[in-house]
Amino acid sequence: MASVGIRDVRKAFGTTAVIHGVNVTINDGEFVVLVGPSGCGKSTLLRMIAGLENITGGEIRIGERVVNNVPPKERDVAMVFQNYALYPHMTVADNMAFSLKLRGAPKSEIDQRVKRAADILGLGALLARYPRQLSGGQRQRVAMGRAIVRDPQVFLFDEPLSNLDAKLRVQMRTEIKELHQRLKTTTVYVTHDQIEAMTMADKIVVMHEGIVEQIGAPLELYDTPHNLFVAGFIGSPAMNFLTGHVRANGKAEFEGPGGARLPLATAPASSDGKPAIYGVRPEHFTIADDGAEATIQVVEPTGSETQIVAKVGGQDIVAAFRERHQFKPGEKIRLKPDPRLVHLFDGTTGQRL
Amino acid sequence: MTDAVIRTKAIMSEPSLWDRLMTNRNWLGFWFMLPAAAFLILFLAYPLGLGIWLSFTDARLGRGGVFVGLENYEFLSDDPTFWLTVFNTILYTTVASTIKFAVGLYLALLLNERLPFKAIIRAVVLIPFIVPTVLSAIAFWWLFDPQFSIISWSLMKLGLITQYINFLGDPWNARWSVIFANIWRGVPFVAITLLAGLQTVSPSLYEAATIDGATPWQNFRYITYPLLTPIIAVVMTFSVLFTFTDFQLIWVMTRGGPVNATHLMATYSYQRAIMSGYLGEGSAIATAMIPFLLGAILVSWFGLQRRKWQQGEDND
Repeated sequence: MASVGIRDVRKAFGTTAVIHGVNVTINDGEFVVLVGPSGCGKSTLLRMIAGLENITGGEIRIGERVVNNVPPKERDVAMVFQNYALYPHMTVADNMAFSLKLRGAPKSEIDQRVKRAADILGLGALLARYPRQLSGGQRQRVAMGRAIVRDPQVFLFDEPLSNLDAKLRVQMRTEIKELHQRLKTTTVYVTHDQIEAMTMADKIVVMHEGIVEQIGAPLELYDTPHNLFVAGFIGSPAMNFLTGHVRANGKAEFEGPGGARLPLATAPASSDGKPAIYGVRPEHFTIADDGAEATIQVVEPTGSETQIVAKVGGQDIVAAFRERHQFKPGEKIRLKPDPRLVHLFDGTTGQRL
Repeated sequence: MTDAVIRTKAIMSEPSLWDRLMTNRNWLGFWFMLPAAAFLILFLAYPLGLGIWLSFTDARLGRGGVFVGLENYEFLSDDPTFWLTVFNTILYTTVASTIKFAVGLYLALLLNERLPFKAIIRAVVLIPFIVPTVLSAIAFWWLFDPQFSIISWSLMKLGLITQYINFLGDPWNARWSVIFANIWRGVPFVAITLLAGLQTVSPSLYEAATIDGATPWQNFRYITYPLLTPIIAVVMTFSVLFTFTDFQLIWVMTRGGPVNATHLMATYSYQRAIMSGYLGEGSAIATAMIPFLLGAILVSWFGLQRRKWQQGEDND
């Protein structure tokens, strides 16, 4: 096991720069998730750690060693690919044994390691099968088995659950997390799904257009997003953003669209009249008589909670309630955000105020 | 109401036998197959059957023969020229196919890499395949000409040889020369087909293997080659069949000479049957090729059998 250090790493394909100086420190044994929308450079960064893409600038360390010019096989990393990349002409056992065979490990050791990995993943009965004879979830497990037998310094996962159906994805998510708690191998996991990131990570790296927007523990990102992008990306349903102005004379307030007055816990006097963006998560609304008037458009019960889409001052917002209110479309209600849980962002820079 | 029922019944009466034959699912398949089957029977099965029949007769050009049993074959078994052509054909096929495979595979691997001007190079590789065989044979005939050969001329100028090489006049020189021409012509087919096969291999397999510690050679040995075997089997079967039955190249370049050194079974058959008029004997030579060709097909048929890893969701 080892730490991974990423220092000012840049990547350009020809003249197109896709990663603009990324710094991330991944501690020994940590489960770090790189998350961001398509094209944010997260997979490219992972492939640079693996050695499948060369590094245009900066440096990557695995343990104490700078690996910029170290070929993949000498980096002692194992990777799980999105399409699993199982060797179709090899059985499950041979797939898992391949790296050990290349390394020239003795047969007894290979058998023992493959057996151990198969036991961990419950693949014992499938060892003689070929990948085509496996279901999606089984293939996913074999891909992980192939990584486990290597006992590498770092596990790299490139969107490993994207090809699974929703139910299996949730199940495998738990399995991967359990596996990490058991093996404690440093893990870098790439996904575009913020729920995967939130549920699995010790530390999340939010990337956007080739830069890191914020690094932190899942709840840290949820509670104090540094900017509009992180605020909108983390959390589902997404945070509501209302544009307007801060009113700081006397009682701190936010003047939202259509003159709607929304509460603020505090606001420095200097910010009076400043254009700002008021962010509030759907689950942080309550129904209160002194709330802003809202007209319900759509009601979406999910069982555990009920989400409503409502118009506040002409703008759509989403609110979610655990309680079972009897909402009807067209009904007027008064929504009040919890002022302590409100996020305020600068109207021009999008940075947290 | 009753009227209506009766009228509907009349309309829905049993369709005629012909209508049923035209619309029945099983018969429909037969109808669709008929044109192709007729074509194959007329232009493939009939000539093949006729050829085999002729080989059991003493037919000559302009004279229908009578059945003579295995007489033609008995005659051939004592004909040293026939055995020479068998030797030539096997040598020609083995050497040319082997080299075509090796060079074709090499080119395919090369073209599968990131290369500058890849599209142009791929197109260039196909040129020998596009040029009509007779045209390229004539070009080679000139290249190998005893007096005007540019190869001999170049080597002379370089001071590597002291007299012009008798490419097509010496038996072994002639054999290697026609083999060379055949390889030149056959490589693109092998290369392009194998390239198509290579492109079906997912790049992530190579990435996975590279991370697993495979060297470029091990990537080829354990990933590329096993995944390519089904296509290799197809392409090599075709290559062997085409080479074994080659006619045009030899006929234009050497006509089987010198002293039958480059006669293949196909050219010898043509010479005996058409040039000399012994249709029965010529047919027997041609028919004698069938066991060799069947052998090649059988080898590839077993090679082509779906391997276990290609099979579907069967458990076990």
